[in-house]
Amino acid sequence: MGSGRLYAAVAAGGFRRYATYRAATVAGVFTNTVFGVILVYTYLALWDERPHLGGYDQTQAVTYVWLGQCLYATLAIQGGGAEKDLMERIRTGEIAVDLYRPADLQMWWLAGDVGRALFQMLGRGVIPFAFGAVFFPMALPTSVTPWAAFVVTLLLATVVSFAIRYLAALSVFWLMDGMGVNQVLTVTGIFFSGMVLPLNAFPGALGEVVRVLPWAAQIQMPADVLMGETDPLRAFAFQAAWAVALLAAGRLLQSAATRRVVVQGG
Amino acid sequence: MAERSALAEGLRAYRLIAGMWMRSSMTYRTSFVVTVFGNLTVTGLDFVGILLMFSQVDSLGGWSLPEVAFLYGLSVTAFGIADLLLGSMDVLGARMRDGSFDTLLVRPAPVLAQVGADRFALRRLGRITQGAVVLCWALVSVDVDWSAAKVLLVPVMVVSGAAIFSAVFVAGAAFQIFAQDAAEVQNAFTYGGTTLLQYPPSVFGEDLVRGVTFMVPLAFVNWVPSAYVLGRPYPIGLPSWAAFASPLVAVACCALAGAAWRTGLRSYRSTGS
Repeated sequence: MGSGRLYAAVAAGGFRRYATYRAATVAGVFTNTVFGVILVYTYLALWDERPHLGGYDQTQAVTYVWLGQCLYATLAIQGGGAEKDLMERIRTGEIAVDLYRPADLQMWWLAGDVGRALFQMLGRGVIPFAFGAVFFPMALPTSVTPWAAFVVTLLLATVVSFAIRYLAALSVFWLMDGMGVNQVLTVTGIFFSGMVLPLNAFPGALGEVVRVLPWAAQIQMPADVLMGETDPLRAFAFQAAWAVALLAAGRLLQSAATRRVVVQGG
Repeated sequence: MAERSALAEGLRAYRLIAGMWMRSSMTYRTSFVVTVFGNLTVTGLDFVGILLMFSQVDSLGGWSLPEVAFLYGLSVTAFGIADLLLGSMDVLGARMRDGSFDTLLVRPAPVLAQVGADRFALRRLGRITQGAVVLCWALVSVDVDWSAAKVLLVPVMVVSGAAIFSAVFVAGAAFQIFAQDAAEVQNAFTYGGTTLLQYPPSVFGEDLVRGVTFMVPLAFVNWVPSAYVLGRPYPIGLPSWAAFASPLVAVACCALAGAAWRTGLRSYRSTGS
């Protein structure tokens, strides 16, 4: 009971921390909107040439673009969420303080990242999405059920996104510097989440592979659920399976890491 | 005479500061090589995206893959050079927030040179390298009847493009003096600009093309001169001499950006603590 309140407080802290930078948030909204406009035109040209590419029509491709811009900061697709702070704490040795706390390390950072994601969604994601819906034709459902299912996929996507980045952050226990890992996170995040192109438009065997990787849980699944392209229960199962597997892997790695932790500078 | 020595002094300061940062990054050679490779991969993802698109279609907006690669190579190489020279300017807002910008003001060297060379990162050669590789591939595979004028126009595009993007970076820096936290707005014009120019103008709406021709004249980096080289219709019906106007546009942009920078610098108020 008490621990639930604790993690809620940590999440609220994560939310407030990001909510402090208002001008930066407005700037981010502007940038996401500009990129959305550029991508929409290129996708429209692509779908003009190949109608129904990946099973999407043009309005669905447009919806995918704006959802991608909405979730870009929310799911820290190119990194820059909780894992960045965690890496820095491992590098400096401040992680020792975190390990002393009467709270679970993984849950602590997950709670903080969920708070961050919620703010990025409301503060930074909703406006570009609404802009897209006003100025471009989008394929949005009119009934409540798909939207409710969409909210569930977003929650699961947030957990999967965190679980991937948590694993990456723990590697700093061995590597001592997060620069290279961050670059790997950026490249894999952008490419395998489908920021470059929707995963269902990837050709051949490459497409088969990227659609079952955990990154598919981030944008592709929420997009398909929102637009009714997949069975919501199947999407939930896919996302939940990856969430559980990756969080469990994070736990294993965490216990291995903390057994060998040597605090620098101490 | 005074103007000229100020320029020489600025370049000298830039060289010294950039050299310092280069030596510092060279201390960890393996790390340096890894980050160059990382930079190359991250910035190359856009081209991977274009290749993926062309695995599904034969043309985009009526342009073939070599033609789009030509646009991509020019946009990325020109932007890469500007990014290498002035790319650290987006930390300017942070410097103003924490007060370290004041330190730059009291040093006996031009502020623009100091800000431009700040955290000079040789790893940004990664972007230039992949842009240049794509450009070279495009040059040999594109179907063009090469003439002396067309061949000459290619290096002219790269240099004027780099100057136009540099002007955007400097103008963005001036903007940050007024809107410190809003540094990311600049990304919409720099990174957004180079992404936009990777695709043919025929893909975008008339109004957008008009905007990047007359308001932020990015179209002169590659779209307009490429229309001449590739024998394509000029965007928004521009006259044919416009293909050769890029150097002039670049000079005008740099002059305007310089004026904006000086105005910004004069109105700078320190946080004071």
